[in-house]
Amino acid sequence: MRASRILAATAAVLAAATALAGLPGEAEARTLRWARSGDALTLDPHAQNEGPTAAVNHHIYETLVARDPKGALIPGLATAWRILPTDPTIWEFTLREGVTFHDGAPFTADDVVFSLNRALQPTSDYKGLLTSVDGVSKAGATTVHVKTKGPNPLLPNNLTNMFMMNKAWSEKNNVAKVQDFKSKEENFAVRNANGTGPFVLVSREPDVKTVMKRNDGYWGKSATVPLEVSEIVYTPIKADATRIAALLSGEVDFVQDVPVQDIERLKSTPNLRVTTGPENRTIFLGMDVGSADLKSDSVQGKNPFADKRVRQAMNMAINRAAIQRVVMRGQSVPTGVIMPPFVNGWTPDLDKAPAPDVARAKALLAEAGYGAGFQVTLNCPNDRYVNDEGICQAVVGMMGQIGIKVNLVSQSKTLHFPLVQKNPPETEFYLVGWGVPTFDSEYIFSFMYHTRDAKFGSWNALRYANADLDRKIESLSSEVDAQKRNATIAEIWKTVQEETLYLPIHHQTLAYAMTSSLDIPVDPENQPKLKYVVFKSM
Amino acid sequence: MTAYILRTIGQGALVLLAVAFIAFSMFRFVGDPVANMMGQEATLADRAELSSRLGLDQPFPVQFLRFVRDAATGDFGISYRQGRPVATLIAERLPATVELAVLSALFASVAGVALGVYAAIRRRGIVAQGVMMLSLVGVSLPTFLIGIGLIYVFAVELRWLPSFGRGETVRLGWWSTGLLTASGLKSLVLPVLTLGFFQLTLIMRLTRAEMLEVMRSDFVRFARARGIPERTIELRHALRNTMIPVVTVAGLQLGSVVAFAIVTETVFQWPGLGALFVNAVQFADVPVMAAYLVFVGLVFVLVSLAVDLAYLAFDPRLRGTLAAR
Amino acid sequence: MSAAPLRPPGRLARAWDSDIGYAFRRSPVAMLSTLVVLLAVGASVLAPWLAPQDPFDPTQLDLMDGMTPPLGTNEITGRTFWLGTDPQGRDLVSAILFGSRISLLVGFASVILSMAIGISAGLVAGYLGGRTDALVMRIADVQLSFPAILVALLVFGIFRGVVPPARQEEATLSVLILAIGLSNWAQYARTVRATTLVEKGKVYVEAARLIGLRPLAIMVKHVLPNVTGPVLVIATINLALAIIEEATLSFLGVGMPPTQPSLGTLIRVGQGYLFSGELWILAFPALALIVLSLAINLLGDWLRDALDPKLR
Repeated sequence: MRASRILAATAAVLAAATALAGLPGEAEARTLRWARSGDALTLDPHAQNEGPTAAVNHHIYETLVARDPKGALIPGLATAWRILPTDPTIWEFTLREGVTFHDGAPFTADDVVFSLNRALQPTSDYKGLLTSVDGVSKAGATTVHVKTKGPNPLLPNNLTNMFMMNKAWSEKNNVAKVQDFKSKEENFAVRNANGTGPFVLVSREPDVKTVMKRNDGYWGKSATVPLEVSEIVYTPIKADATRIAALLSGEVDFVQDVPVQDIERLKSTPNLRVTTGPENRTIFLGMDVGSADLKSDSVQGKNPFADKRVRQAMNMAINRAAIQRVVMRGQSVPTGVIMPPFVNGWTPDLDKAPAPDVARAKALLAEAGYGAGFQVTLNCPNDRYVNDEGICQAVVGMMGQIGIKVNLVSQSKTLHFPLVQKNPPETEFYLVGWGVPTFDSEYIFSFMYHTRDAKFGSWNALRYANADLDRKIESLSSEVDAQKRNATIAEIWKTVQEETLYLPIHHQTLAYAMTSSLDIPVDPENQPKLKYVVFKSM
Repeated sequence: MTAYILRTIGQGALVLLAVAFIAFSMFRFVGDPVANMMGQEATLADRAELSSRLGLDQPFPVQFLRFVRDAATGDFGISYRQGRPVATLIAERLPATVELAVLSALFASVAGVALGVYAAIRRRGIVAQGVMMLSLVGVSLPTFLIGIGLIYVFAVELRWLPSFGRGETVRLGWWSTGLLTASGLKSLVLPVLTLGFFQLTLIMRLTRAEMLEVMRSDFVRFARARGIPERTIELRHALRNTMIPVVTVAGLQLGSVVAFAIVTETVFQWPGLGALFVNAVQFADVPVMAAYLVFVGLVFVLVSLAVDLAYLAFDPRLRGTLAAR
Repeated sequence: MSAAPLRPPGRLARAWDSDIGYAFRRSPVAMLSTLVVLLAVGASVLAPWLAPQDPFDPTQLDLMDGMTPPLGTNEITGRTFWLGTDPQGRDLVSAILFGSRISLLVGFASVILSMAIGISAGLVAGYLGGRTDALVMRIADVQLSFPAILVALLVFGIFRGVVPPARQEEATLSVLILAIGLSNWAQYARTVRATTLVEKGKVYVEAARLIGLRPLAIMVKHVLPNVTGPVLVIATINLALAIIEEATLSFLGVGMPPTQPSLGTLIRVGQGYLFSGELWILAFPALALIVLSLAINLLGDWLRDALDPKLR
């Protein structure tokens, strides 16, 4: 017992000592300690096309075209871009002048050509966004031409995560090629970085701590980009409770991935602030509408999902308001379409969710010949989206109310997503969330609705195939006339909404928690950019 | 002695091979790494290509043999999650886990034996009964709850100790230690308590039971009859004989310290092997998982060897020969 | 939790009058913990009749009831629950009753499984000796040094791959039992083997062999009764351990599915509400778990002391 008292005393003394030593001078109090659940997988800007990785890289590296905190396209390292009037298959980018990399080298057209070609390599994880690119060439000291296979009006939308590296630095450090997971060596770019961004990498211990300091020569410093943060200390904290505890105890200043149930408590805590906002992501259910018979159901020789009335009944059975209120604690926006409001093609009409109507749903089921109900299996991830498992459980209950007995299999995303991605898919009823980095409907159509083949429909586990629709979807990528293009988009939405192919649940909302000296708005792509941070006096 | 050690090492190698085999056959059920390694834009063709580049499309025996061949030369491949050599990752994370596990085991043994002896000597005392009862409450709580509870009390409410991480570490060659800085030491307190608590109760209960048993044995009675003071009997004669089974069990329990470190490290964001493993499982990072399990197997083999040796050291019949050295 | 009630009445009476029965009647702790365990077992068995709702039947749950505080009235549905509800609108009284049912089932079944494996392995190893002995005991050593949680995770991993996803929800319970059972047998094997070695050399076993009894019969009839005491002690402690182990597995995400929560799953879900003020979601299941495993452990402690003649 005495030992523990000594221990406690020692701890108290130590605490006092560190508090004194760590007391920051007033002018220097600009370190921002940032925590979220996962770390960037790598700093190699083209190796992993993944949320937290891009979020960290956005502080060090920059892109030609950027998005502002609201999601609108703004100039980044390119000041202007246009389709050449003489050739609709060539995009011309005018580069910003006077930009230097962290090592002092000037940013040039050669770096752009090099970086885009690097992102096109077979081992790059970003090549999927550049499939339309035929070649990249330097057209002048500050001009770059990107040639596409046929006209591509949306190319700039695909470049907002395409980071620019320095050619000389990459070649010197032998990182001209993207990390190949087959090799035995670590690529130098995995833990070292040389970008043009607002912050310079100081140190990196993967999964532990990443420190960045302000780039005092940053080109973009302005009234809207005050660059007040002088140092970022980024720490991944995986366990929700620990992460929130770290904020409550003052060990971090800014926390992402705040569990919805903790928002109220954090809001009511003095000196803390919580910001919430919609993410560019919609959560929905998909089901096998194409197979002749389902394996996991109780119906023999028939596929109940193939009947549109069954799908409509299920859509009506979902009480989205209840899910929003109880499972999501109000932190979601119920919807009737699998497209977030940020996306080109979105209309309030499409977004309207059907009102829950158990009686009519039952009647529809009976009409389709399933009055006695049936049994199916629902696959659900339990570590990917906000309260994903809770949503699925709620759906199980709601389906039960109209006589559909749902068997729930909820598992880690590592096990869940392959079920959807495998060809043929290994799930017949599943939950998925879809973010739209290009902010355009075409992205949703080609992955979610286009018939599955080598190039398209890799997330279409509906087994839905519609040749006419496919043609329309493919036409979008080369249609330059915006009006005509938008008309086609509306047409496609009309068709797929009528078919009730997916059962939309809600647009996901995100919450950030921070000390009240900060006020960081939720970024629609969940990539908060700390160069915008303004410190408030407490 | 040499023959004995050689035989144990041989058996150890077999155990390792078995662990590798079981672990490796399990990986197919953990998930598909390719799904995690590619952005959502990847096409079916892209995925198939990556899968074949990693050799994941090959039959199981081929994959396993390749793994064993490479592992034998110390090459565990490259992490799918981080793109870094697995051997480096393990070496980097090892110090954190070793410091945590060793300190926990130390804490559990010292406090456990002390409390156990006390509970045995004052078998009917109120404090001893209370300690026994408290220890039962301790084993009745899952480790993760104890950890979260400690964080809540000592980090959030009292703000005495940090809630996560290792604090400042100092590099000694390739080893990074948290033992030399104030923040490093403070960071150790809660994880060590959490991880050590279960072992502590176990060791304490075992010590008490063994001690009670020994106190009734003939040689203690003879010692009493010879007029040796009770305290000397308790601490010198009885305790030494109590140590044999206690060391055996405590040693074997070191394995569970390493295993439960997975939970503790997750709760405290402790950058050790357990956290590395958990992240690897969630990403289906096969090379890291395989290396971790083989490594844990190696620790077990070494621990049982050490336990056998310690057993010899404590065995009274060998006392003379050992003391002569 | 003595095995006494399972025997015919004559033996019951004998057990009551035996030394252990006497010790039992003298120990309030033992009586109290037996009472708690019996109550828990009884409540779990009768859960379908005692519980206000079936928490495993999603159609009986109303999402709108979610997060109702204990004894408070739900704002929307106007319903009241003694211990409140969980995020899915599950009445916690029912959830705890059904959850303990699963936890106890997993506990008892896995202990019986480990006992069966451990006792047979120990008897065989001890009686046959030689190579068989060396082999069995080496496996037991590996098993003992390999943490139970890892073994259980391993079994679970294999199950995930072998059982088709559609069947997994219903199969999880059996797999949990299998996983925990397979990870705890070595202790029994060691104990039984040690006793068997001692008994084997005794005259009466020799005599039994001489009169032509088969080895199996000798082991079961003559050796087994001698190991009942120690085995029972291990079993009681392992019962509590198995229940905790199930909770830890749930925490690691491989336990019972959230639609059929065990006590461990309830705690895993509840720990997310530690900071949010809805503490009851965590507190009541955790309390149930502590009381249950405390009672079992106390019983085990008492049993160990009572069975050890030297301690009396």
